[in-house]
Order: sequence, then structure tokens, then C-alpha cells
Amino acid sequence: MTSETSARTHPASAFLHRHVRVRLGLLLSAPLLWLGLVYIAALAALLITAFWTVDTFTGQVRIEWTLDNIVTVISGSLYQAVTLRTVGVAVVVTLIDIAVALPIAFFMAKVASKRWQRILVIAVLMPLWASYLVKAYAWRSVLSQDGIFAWLVEPFGGSTPGYGLHAAVITLAYLWLPYVILPIYAGLERVPDSLLEASGDLGANSWRTFRSVVLPLLWPAILAGSIFSFSLTLGDYITVNIVGGTSQLLGNLVYTNVGAANNLPLASAISLVPIAIIFVYLAAVRRTGALSNL
Amino acid sequence: MSPRWTGERTGRTPAIRLRGLTKTFGSVNAVDNLDLDIAEGEFFSMLGPSGSGKTTVLRVIAGFEQPTAGTVVLRGQDVTAKAPFDRDVNTVFQDYALFPHMSVIENIAYGLRVRGVAKAERLARAQEALEVVQLRGFAQRKPSELSGGQRQRVALARATVVRPKVLLLDEPLGALDLKLREQMQVELKELQRSLGITFIFVTHDQEEALTLSDRIAVFNAGKVVQLGTPTEIYERPSSPFVAAFVGTSNIFEDALARAVLGRGGTNSVRPERISLHSAPTGESTISAAGTIAEVIYIGTATRIIVDLDVGKRITVLEHNATASVESRASVSDRRGERVHAEWPPEAIVALDSDSAATLGDAAPAPQGPVGHGASIAPATASKIP
Ligand SMILES: Nc1ncnc2c1ncn2[C@@H]1O[C@H](COP(=O)(O)OP(=O)(O)OP(=O)(O)O)[C@@H](O)[C@H]1O
Ligand SMILES: [Mg+2]
Repeated sequence: MTSETSARTHPASAFLHRHVRVRLGLLLSAPLLWLGLVYIAALAALLITAFWTVDTFTGQVRIEWTLDNIVTVISGSLYQAVTLRTVGVAVVVTLIDIAVALPIAFFMAKVASKRWQRILVIAVLMPLWASYLVKAYAWRSVLSQDGIFAWLVEPFGGSTPGYGLHAAVITLAYLWLPYVILPIYAGLERVPDSLLEASGDLGANSWRTFRSVVLPLLWPAILAGSIFSFSLTLGDYITVNIVGGTSQLLGNLVYTNVGAANNLPLASAISLVPIAIIFVYLAAVRRTGALSNL
Repeated sequence: MSPRWTGERTGRTPAIRLRGLTKTFGSVNAVDNLDLDIAEGEFFSMLGPSGSGKTTVLRVIAGFEQPTAGTVVLRGQDVTAKAPFDRDVNTVFQDYALFPHMSVIENIAYGLRVRGVAKAERLARAQEALEVVQLRGFAQRKPSELSGGQRQRVALARATVVRPKVLLLDEPLGALDLKLREQMQVELKELQRSLGITFIFVTHDQEEALTLSDRIAVFNAGKVVQLGTPTEIYERPSSPFVAAFVGTSNIFEDALARAVLGRGGTNSVRPERISLHSAPTGESTISAAGTIAEVIYIGTATRIIVDLDVGKRITVLEHNATASVESRASVSDRRGERVHAEWPPEAIVALDSDSAATLGDAAPAPQGPVGHGASIAPATASKIP
């Protein structure tokens, strides 16, 4: 910056021009304040509530500091079982989504013509415009005893899985699929075709090229997608309610404790479990270095 | 066409034989019914303006693109329907296409790894290839930590380490600056000689093609318009297109040709074959009077634009080694000077004005000298080795 230009401009704007961080800070302060208030404060309130207790007679939350709720959640066999089941479902849903999303995204990014590419992106986005509830109920009808699924597989000796954990996994995998396809698709778009050609040119068949070139370059995108499906599954309770039969996930326990049991502190303590798991997951993903490549 | 490189004459199977090769994209004929034989161990260049189909030919040979019609035969084996990994050719890509997640040594060893070569051996061979391209000590770097010229060399090492029979290079020096480019040209030529691999080299830099190649195919609009050694291409261009595209040419058409050269048809004269004199010397039969319109100093030479009295503007190239220092010192003073342009009759090359499309076909039938100029100006034929 020469002295002539700064002399003619307002001192404050010259200062801002030189101090990029200050400028950025001012620009971001309003949204950050909003985020701080609404998001962080709500989360903090949740955290604090977990250390309070409930008056058994009045049902009112009493501000009386205790670790009871946390201890219950950690040591109670019900909570342990549900936590394990929830994590298991989240892992299975994530794996299914990745397995389904990879070929679809690959087709979209590397095989389809420009025209088909646009059509497919819209097709992938379309389910996101429909209500979550509608989709869950649609799967309930598909998986019912006389639904389309049964009608399709019965001639081959199969039968519908009925309502339960399997149905929940299928439905959740369907619901989060777009969130997994899109980052993988975007990641594939960034892999130049010439790299795939170079690999084939050097003697690698398609599978080898996929394993040695595409997959390593795609890891960050796959992990990004998995964060969506994994965390969304951990927090879900509606789908499980609709198609899950009697099985419960952590979300359902939170829901019953907030509603029927009217025990907000315990509900808060339970909801800390998925938060803790996500943090562990993010830390693990971070260690792979994938987040820095996003 | 030099007998050295025609498979028909030596009876050897060509490294690559293209027959009736056609590739259309929608309504664009990127490659149009191409016949081409490329001999074993040849440094073959494809030269042509942008969009003339050079890259497409290369991609069809490599197998990235299926031809609309025609066949690709590698050393006697029809590979038209084969996948790239089943073909014994390797490509050096224009953007190098190095794998960003692998180190330099891993990049180079990739082809060997895919072929199941044991780790110790493939690392040794990759290291060797790295030394050939003078990048010892760069083994553990990532491609993003290399300069353009270094990346280019890694791409070269990666493609040659698997010992392909044919190496395809798509403007591999395009992204380099002039100095590095000239250095890499020498290295490329040396590498090709020491490995004995057939090189098919795409460029739109005519000088590069002339310096490096055994033979050059000049492309225009998906067709080969002339095929020959650098000397043939430069000294005896077969069409106005080639004459203008490869180097600079003074082209004289019918009436003008009759007036100045004393013969009809389309003819061309290279600027460096023309000399300027203050009075007719009587040494040459061809002499035309004119006025100097512009003098451009370009270092090794001076380019002089002369307006001939017959109404034709010509370009003359005067080498500064031969011109007197005084005439160089006062270049601008020469503007408006009256001169006589002279050149020997053998400097005149008759051009086939109807684009000479048939010339490019390496027809299997035995044939005499191809140059159309030969029959008209026999003097030039003796100049070709
Ligand atoms: N994938 C494609 N789809 C449609 N048209 C294409 C495609 N690839 C090439 N073409 C067209 O084919 C013609 C030849 O292209 P090509 O890339 O072979 O030219 P080139 O000689 O390599 O040019 P350059 O010197 O600019 O690299 C061009 O008209 C181009 O627009
Ligand atoms: Mg090209």
C-alpha cells in the first residue's frame, strides 16, 4: 500500500484494508452472534440441564446439581444396549449408503453425458424436497405385509422384513442417501478424467484404478458424506417410531423422557451420548486428515 | 517419403498401422478416413493447427476413444476393440496426469505395481527411471511440490519405466518456458534414441517438430495433408496450407507466378532463399524490383518486407551473420530503399493448390518420390538426402 492511496481514503477503511482479520471479524460478527445465542446457548442449556434433577411430586425441574442422570445413562444396562444398537444401526446405514452412493455418484460424474448429469443431480435432490414424514410413511406402506416389497419378493420365496430394526435401517439409508451421494459426486467431479485414463494407460483395469486412484482421492468426500448419515441416524427417532416396530434407539429414549416420563434432565443426559459419539467420530475422521482436504 | 521409414519397403511390420480411421463427434469429423504407418523406433510427429484432430488420433491409438470407423493395428495385432490397459502403448499427457496422492517414486512405480512386479524390484526400476530423467533426490516429493519441467519428467519416467513399444506424447512441452522447452527437446530425443521406443509426438510448434522428428505428418481438418521428413516438409511443401503453416512462405499464384517466376500454378519461395541487391547481379535468372516497406530486427536475422513493383508483398530473411554490420546499424534507414530481390530457380516450389489431401495416405502400393514439386523443379529433389 502506497502512502498516496491511503492518504486519499478514509483512515478507518484503510485500516480495515490492511487488517484482513479485523475486516472478516466485523463481517462475521452478526451471524456469529446469532449462532452463538441460538445454537451454542441452547446446547449449553442442554448440557447444564443434564446435571439438574426432577421433583418427583411436582414433576418440575429442580436446580440441584447432581451426576445421577449421567451415571444412570452410563451404567444402566438399558441405555448401554440402546447406545450399542444405535451406533450399530448408524454404522450399518452409513456403510449401505456409501456402497450405494459410490456407483451412483461415479455414474453421474464420470459416465453420464452432461444432459444426464443434470437430470440425475435433480433426481437425487428431489426426495429432499418431499417431507421427511411422507417418505417414512411411504416406506411403512412399502414394507407392510401386503405392500409392494412383499408383492415383489414373494414370487421368489422372500418376505418383507416387517417393522423392526431392518425396516428402520432400510428407511434411514434411503432418507440419508442424497446427503452421501452429493459430497461423493462433488469429490469425483474434482478427480480429473486424465488420472483415470493415465491409470488405465499404465495397465490398471477398472477395479484396480478404482482402488488405487479413485478411492484414495475420494476419501475426504466419502468421510464427509458419512458424517451426515452417521450423525443423522444417531439423532433420529421418528423413522424408528414409524417403521421400527418395538425397537428403540437413543432418540426414542430422549423422546419418551421429554414427553411421557417428563424427565428433562435424564433426556438431556441421554442426548449427550450421541453428541459424545459424534465428537469421537469427528476426531477419528480428523486424524485421517480428511477434513483438511474438504 | 524417406525409404528408411516405410514399412512396405523394408518389409517390417510397422509399430502402428491405422487404416480408414474416422472419428466423428456429432457433426464434427475430428479424424477423417486416416491411413498411416509408423515404423518401429521412429520419432514421428503430428503437426497441425488447433482442432485438426491430433489429440483425437492419439486418444484412439491409446484406446481412450473408440473410432467411428477404421482399425488400429499395433505390431500386426488388431487392437481396435481392446481396452487401454490391454495395449502396449503408453501416454504422456498434456497435463501430465500425475497421481496427486502418490509420491514421485510411487507414481513412477505404479505401472509396475499394477503388473504385479515385486516391491523391491519395482522400486529399483523406478529409481533407475528417475535417474534417467535426472530427478534423483526427488523420489519422496509429491507432484504438487515439483515445477512444471520436473512434473513433465516424472510423467515421462512413469510412462517409460514399463518399457512400452510405443510412447504417445501429447504436447508434452506445451506448458514449459522456452529455455526449459529447448532443454527438454534435447533430453526427449536422447531418451528416445537410448530406449529405442517409437515416439508419436503431438505438437503445434512447427520448429519443435522440425528439430525432433524422423517424419512429420501435417494435419488439417482431420486429414494428413502432407507426410514426410522435416526436410521434405520444409523444403517441398505440397500445398499452400503446409507452406504457410510450416515456416513462412512467399506464395505466388497464377498470374503473379507467370509475371515474376515465368511459370503458372501456385508456387512458393522461402524468405531465406531470397537475397536483396541494389542492382541486378545477373547471377540469377529471377530478379524482381521493389521497395523496402519494413525492416524488422529479430536477433539472429532481420526480416525485411519488400513491396514488389508487380504488386506483391514478399518477406525476406537476411541472416545477420552474413549481412554487414553497417546495414544492421541503420535498419530503419533502409525503409523506402529500392532493391532487387533475387533467388535461384531451385528455390521455387510448385504447390498443389487443391490441398493435396491424397498425399497423406501412406498407400501400400510402391511408389516413387511423392513430392509434387519434384516433377516441376527437379533441382530440389537432389537436395533431399
Ligand atoms: N469429446 C469431444 N466432443 C466433441 N468434440 C470433440 C471432442 N474431442 C474433440 N472434439 C473436436 O474434434 C476436433 C479435433 O480435436 P482435437 O482435440 O483432436 O484437436 P487437436 O488437433 O488436438 O487440437 P489442439 O492443438 O488444440 O490440441 C475439434 O474440432 C474438437 O472440437
Ligand atoms: Mg490436442
